[in-house]
Amino acid sequence: MRVPLSWIRDLVALPDDADGRAVAAKLIAAGLEVESVETLGAGVVGELIVGRVVSIEELTEFKKPIRWCQVDVGPARGGVRGIVCGARNFVSGDLVVVALPGTVLPGDFRIAARQTYGHVSDGMICSERELGLGEDHSGIIVLTEGTVGEDAGALLGIGDEVLDIAVTPDRGYALSVRGVAREVAIAFGLAFVDPGTQLVPLPAPTGGEPRACGVDDPSMCELFTLRRIVGFDPQAPTPEWMRQRLIACGMRPVSLAVDVTNYVMLELGQPLHAFDGAKVAGALRAGRAGDDNRLETLDHVERALDPEDVVIRDDSGVIGLAGTMGGLTTEIDERTTDILLEAARFVPTAVARTARRHRLSSEASRRFERGVDRVLAPYASARAAALLLEYGGGTYAGLTAWEAPYRPTVIDMAVDLPERTAGMPIEASEVRRLLEAVGCEVEGDRDLAVTVPPWRPDLTDPADLVEEVVRLVGYDALPSRLPMAPAGYGLSREQRLRARAARALASAGVVDVLTYPFIGVADLDGLLLPAGDARRRAPLLANPLSEEQPLLRTTLLPGLLSAARRNLSRGSDSVALGEIGRVFVLRDGQDAAGVTDPPRPGVDRRPADDDLTALEALLPAQPYHLAAVLLGDREAAGWWGPARPATWSDALEIARVVAESVGAELDVAQGADAPFHPGRTATLSVGGTVIGHAGELHPRVIAAYDIPPRTCAVEMDLDALQARARDVAPAPRFSTHPVAKEDVALVVADAVPVADVEAALREGAGEICEDVRLFDVYVGPQVPAGHRSLAFALRFRAGDRTLSADDIVAARSAAVAEAGRRHGAVLRGS
Amino acid sequence: MSAPNNPYDPVGVASLEAEAVDSMVAEALAAIAAAPDLGELKAVRLAHAGDRSPLALANREIAALPPAAKAEAGKRMGAARASVRDALDSRQADLEAERDARVLVEEAVDVTLPTRRSRRGARHPLTTLMERMCDVFIAMGYEVAEGPEAEAEWFNFDALNVPPDHPARTMQDTFFVGNESSGVVLRTQTSPIQLRAMLARDLPIYVVAPGRVFRTDELDATHTPVFHQIEGLAVDEGITMAHLRGTLEHLAEAMFGAGVHIRLRPSYFPFTEPSAELDLECFVCRGASVGNPDAPCRTCGSEGWIEWGGCGMVNPRVLRAAGIDTDRYSGFAFGMGVERTLMFRHGVTDMRDMVEGDVRFTEAFGVEV
Repeated sequence: MRVPLSWIRDLVALPDDADGRAVAAKLIAAGLEVESVETLGAGVVGELIVGRVVSIEELTEFKKPIRWCQVDVGPARGGVRGIVCGARNFVSGDLVVVALPGTVLPGDFRIAARQTYGHVSDGMICSERELGLGEDHSGIIVLTEGTVGEDAGALLGIGDEVLDIAVTPDRGYALSVRGVAREVAIAFGLAFVDPGTQLVPLPAPTGGEPRACGVDDPSMCELFTLRRIVGFDPQAPTPEWMRQRLIACGMRPVSLAVDVTNYVMLELGQPLHAFDGAKVAGALRAGRAGDDNRLETLDHVERALDPEDVVIRDDSGVIGLAGTMGGLTTEIDERTTDILLEAARFVPTAVARTARRHRLSSEASRRFERGVDRVLAPYASARAAALLLEYGGGTYAGLTAWEAPYRPTVIDMAVDLPERTAGMPIEASEVRRLLEAVGCEVEGDRDLAVTVPPWRPDLTDPADLVEEVVRLVGYDALPSRLPMAPAGYGLSREQRLRARAARALASAGVVDVLTYPFIGVADLDGLLLPAGDARRRAPLLANPLSEEQPLLRTTLLPGLLSAARRNLSRGSDSVALGEIGRVFVLRDGQDAAGVTDPPRPGVDRRPADDDLTALEALLPAQPYHLAAVLLGDREAAGWWGPARPATWSDALEIARVVAESVGAELDVAQGADAPFHPGRTATLSVGGTVIGHAGELHPRVIAAYDIPPRTCAVEMDLDALQARARDVAPAPRFSTHPVAKEDVALVVADAVPVADVEAALREGAGEICEDVRLFDVYVGPQVPAGHRSLAFALRFRAGDRTLSADDIVAARSAAVAEAGRRHGAVLRGS
Repeated sequence: MSAPNNPYDPVGVASLEAEAVDSMVAEALAAIAAAPDLGELKAVRLAHAGDRSPLALANREIAALPPAAKAEAGKRMGAARASVRDALDSRQADLEAERDARVLVEEAVDVTLPTRRSRRGARHPLTTLMERMCDVFIAMGYEVAEGPEAEAEWFNFDALNVPPDHPARTMQDTFFVGNESSGVVLRTQTSPIQLRAMLARDLPIYVVAPGRVFRTDELDATHTPVFHQIEGLAVDEGITMAHLRGTLEHLAEAMFGAGVHIRLRPSYFPFTEPSAELDLECFVCRGASVGNPDAPCRTCGSEGWIEWGGCGMVNPRVLRAAGIDTDRYSGFAFGMGVERTLMFRHGVTDMRDMVEGDVRFTEAFGVEV
């Protein structure tokens, strides 16, 4: 809402030294968000003069039509001057705004007499935009009134300040000069006479019959009024002061009838609509569209109506979207003499739904949606009718109206509620005074009965009244105190472990990214996920940003692979990217299309446990996953040696580091699941439950995502991992007796996993075996084809004694024997 | 291997005479001083302090002296041998130190060689920033509350007093999961966590709730459809707006330095009443740039204040939806955008840097903001 300060001054006796910035500061403190204060014509220095175009000579020898004008600026300024002008929207005799040589226009543009188009142009005829008044540059300003030689600056409001206020949804009353002026008056402690409660006197109706009106559906319209004026002069110009105010408020002057309705809407907050009475058939009625299904609105759009749209109709059918936009068939035009002035109070939700259905937000609908003053309509239409009669002539033909019974809202509030809420003392008298200032009537001493004014439909609860009181006392007055929370338990186990895992991931050289959780079927296909894979059970968005990515992610890998590709394209060719985030998987029985009749518990009390359970049942499973992708080199080439490319083992090691960071130990088994290379995948499990995979990605996945060969990845269900991690770490017990070290090299078939050989050695060696570690793998001519030699370092130690040579030999032999028994391993060289 | 005394000269031993001993010592000291390295010194030690050295041989002769002379000769010899031994030890220490120094010099490396073999990992600054903000509240006794990202509309809107016709509840703002009337949305704010905390926890409740939220905005320099908020909630007996102010001041100081002021401006949110916008005094210029074109401030645009978030007293309607007795309990709530906080606290100028996953962005922050 743009509000000229001069207009506020019409309603409030502001001190002369209160400028736009001072008013803005007070309004901001009171809760009106003043986004800017601009000065009209800022940058204009020197005189702007009203001139009359005496003659026009069309110059046709140039690329564009140019006019050589003789303009009379009055004897005091040299009488008639010759001015070259490129605009064409004026005729001889028009009053225009002239900047004479010496005047400076916005942008530091100094006007001087200069030779142009073959003439000396002795000044300039100005447009709105050239003066910084508005955006219109389609032609020059043609004044509707003025005296040759007079100061045009005053007429145009040059120097006036305009406050631009972003009005929050609760403060519909501030979409009017009246509402803003009331706040200004309260903030400055000044008297305010509300123009919205003064009925402007109108002449006795002598112009014939008023037009009948009515309301078919009181759930959509609570008050409907219609005033009629006949014999109106459709050619009557809008007074210049009104035009300039409309322009300053960001509206375009159109014609007197339309301008007056807009002017009164800006002034009082009541949207009005003027019909051409000659085009309206019979009585006007407000109600729902029902079976009438077509309307062409003023913006020349042919609209299909919804049966629930709130509309105005006459005997011919629907003639307007009520509270949103009028229809074309009854539009005011340059021949209209019979004016029907509608002012109504439509129900906010009815207008909101109608406007939303038609994606049509108008000045009127914005006000109706927020709730227009419940009783204002007849006052506003009287004001508008008086202006029409004053400037457009004609005869008043009376009022018809329909109104539902109106009972003002009364809120009971303890007088100390504001101070108990604010945490600072507020006198009872102050509470009363401030509530009355915003327009409430207050009864009672301790327990107040507060009657809310009709322009504040947002005030419904005691808390709303508290906000009114405290904001007007001023939030700056609030003291500062810290509440004493009871002792807390810090992070939950899940939160703590998630943070540990994140740190472990970073310590392992992985860079954390936060990717969008949107994926497409192409991702699921690209990852080679089979038909029954749980990761294909992705929830679907009804309104995705991109039709290519309508699904919620069931795996973090698509996002990471896309981010990896972006990094590659930007020149980072060795990256390790990781993410910890939620994935979304439909539960058993859930469908991607969702239900259409979800439970909607009431909000006036705590829902029953069954209702809460039913709400939870709507949601997909949303576990936290942890994933990483490794591209290029894990270690760079350098003075220490060549680069080491990232391999499946790096991905697996990251999995292990992360698992250990949360206190879990991974069991690793050979796997073959998508999207991994079937021979280079580890299935990761904890306590028998599979929680993830790590390894090299399948070559076809790599091709699908256009990433470098041998890219490796790991993905784990972090929630499942954490759930299976140990809770309290037990202290180790270890022996201080000497250690005995033995190495063995075993030849085994390729198919035997190292982990199995290691387990056999460990178990064969028995209790005194402290550690078994593979330190070399040999494949070559010295071992049979299809076999490899595995070299293990064994450590033996007893808890109660120093081992004898016999102990050691026996343990070593038993270890080798067990490996031989289980896996056919033989000692190398034997 | 002592030799027998000379039997035919029982009264005097020439080698034990003072002059002779002094000369032996002098000879030894000269040799010690002249030894150029540890090997030479070893030979000198053998020659002048070994079993067959002149001093050792002379020492043996003491036994042959008459008892009256033994004491004096013994004393003289002891002093002589001690001075040679000390000289040897000292020279040994010097030569060892010389050798060590030489070896260490030879072993020196160029420590300016690069040491980074693999790239550093890093955590996303949004995550670390949220952890930091949570820490401030954990220190005050708060706990961290969480909720699902795909959320029931009841939690995201209904129970938060957002009426069915509110513009936020349209497909222009909200992602609907399944279909538009499925009752499931991607949460548009962290506020549904308030409801979950109030339904699940015992009173009093002090929680902070960081999380990811979703709006149907296209990605550009200042908007992203997926972003983060951090929300705080306190519900207790006697909670006031003064407590809200004190808590937000504490957070501001913890994040932006002691003495940073905040400002509350009346505003509107469906789930709080009274409601306020939270402004932070510019922590860079502290307001000095306002009306001072010579010293403009990029952080606050020379406004002096930075819009940080929204807050207010929990609307009693919201408390009632959670079954909380509004006669006895009141609460405050606040929330702010984490992206926005990161942008002005660290000078991030483009929202896209935070979402594209370019490693250069995250790496620059390391593991702490």
